[in-house]
Amino acid sequence: MSRAHDLRRKPAVTMDEIRPELNRISRRGLFSRALSLGSLTLLTGCDLSTHSGVDAALWAMMRFDDRVQAGLFSRSHLAKTYPVSAVTKPFRFNAYYEEWQVRETPSDWRLELSGLISDKAPWTIEKLRALPRETQVTRHICIEGWSQIGQWSGVPLHTFLQRVGADLKAQYVYFKCFDGYSTSIDMQSALHPQTILALEFLGKPLAPEWGAPVRLRIPTKLGFKNAKNISAISVTNTYPGGYWEDQGYNWFSGS
Amino acid sequence: MTKTLNRPAHPLPIRIMHWIAAPAVICMMLSGWAIYNASPSLPFTFPRWMTLGGWLAGGIAWHISVMWVLFIDGIAYLLYGFASGHFRRDLFPPSPRAVIDNMVAALTGRLGHSLGHYNAVQRLLYAGVIVLICFQVLTGFAIWKPVQLGWLTELLGGYPIARGIHLAAMIGIALFLVVHLTLVVIFPRTLVAMLSGTASEPEEPVP
Repeated sequence: MSRAHDLRRKPAVTMDEIRPELNRISRRGLFSRALSLGSLTLLTGCDLSTHSGVDAALWAMMRFDDRVQAGLFSRSHLAKTYPVSAVTKPFRFNAYYEEWQVRETPSDWRLELSGLISDKAPWTIEKLRALPRETQVTRHICIEGWSQIGQWSGVPLHTFLQRVGADLKAQYVYFKCFDGYSTSIDMQSALHPQTILALEFLGKPLAPEWGAPVRLRIPTKLGFKNAKNISAISVTNTYPGGYWEDQGYNWFSGS
Repeated sequence: MTKTLNRPAHPLPIRIMHWIAAPAVICMMLSGWAIYNASPSLPFTFPRWMTLGGWLAGGIAWHISVMWVLFIDGIAYLLYGFASGHFRRDLFPPSPRAVIDNMVAALTGRLGHSLGHYNAVQRLLYAGVIVLICFQVLTGFAIWKPVQLGWLTELLGGYPIARGIHLAAMIGIALFLVVHLTLVVIFPRTLVAMLSGTASEPEEPVP
């Protein structure tokens, strides 16, 4: 998850202000532009939010990078684990909003299931706690570059997906959160042994700021893929995107 | 001297690879600054107009797009450099003595400049920046894939250290570019030589 940060926000420029420049850019050939140093200053306007040819090329390259990353991915490559003493203190809060905006778990919370799953009955937190659990101390790496080591315990996602009869040949697992967040991951990463539906952080049930009542902990992906405050899981073959992915964060974002 | 006169200052493959690398390195640096700005490790950020991509996601999109250009160009250059003898002949690191002699000569204005034939200081600079760019690619892969390429990340000291090296090598490349571009401005014929491959200057007098 990612902190709302001035430098990360989309530029404070409206489309109308830069449209003449963009139109000029799109009239020129992509290739000559790519080779021309003089036009670099024009390219700095290409930030994935425009309809210019350059932004289209960047989106296409990111799909290519997704395929490369999926090709590099192996379920037998485990993220490095650390002793509990290596846990970062204090652990940094991170979300697309500030910490005071953290939401408590709704009293009628259930984990809803949808899509290519045979048993779609919602899960209570008690039922989730009854499943076998694993603990990991791993490095959480933010897309911004900083990182910290934390300890999470929870139900391996592959155990859960098998239990509910998910189609493990489907392409995507989508997570919807009650704080307005969402993300999606590829099935291979979902079935990685270190991908867990975390119920505990630092040996205690998840507090709201750490993603109560259940969050995704996936050390083979960047931090923003580790959805907190999950309210629904869906298995699908239709690309589901996500909160940051829809704005331009690389979708696969594998570590 | 006749030997250097008989071959072009820069063979065609070198010129092509140089002019692919030049915009690629600049794109990587400017998009890297956009990424750096999201979580600066040093007490400053880069002004937005100096960055490529506009914000974190845009910077990453540029970075993981152009990296393939630099990667493929770099592999081709390394293969060519070893196979053609370019590294051995033109860039092989000189003795510290020769560097000091050349440095003194340069500072006292007595260092000759022959296109395509590098003196000890140039060899050190060009060999150095090639090593730095190789480090950039390696540390870049290490921090992009710290799990799938975990062996590489660990070899470089782990994720935070590899990230620090990536930043330090960027600063090294930036300093190289300052020197490199300053010298091109002072000796514009070097730019002509890298474009046309031919030495358009009167050669150094044969001693």
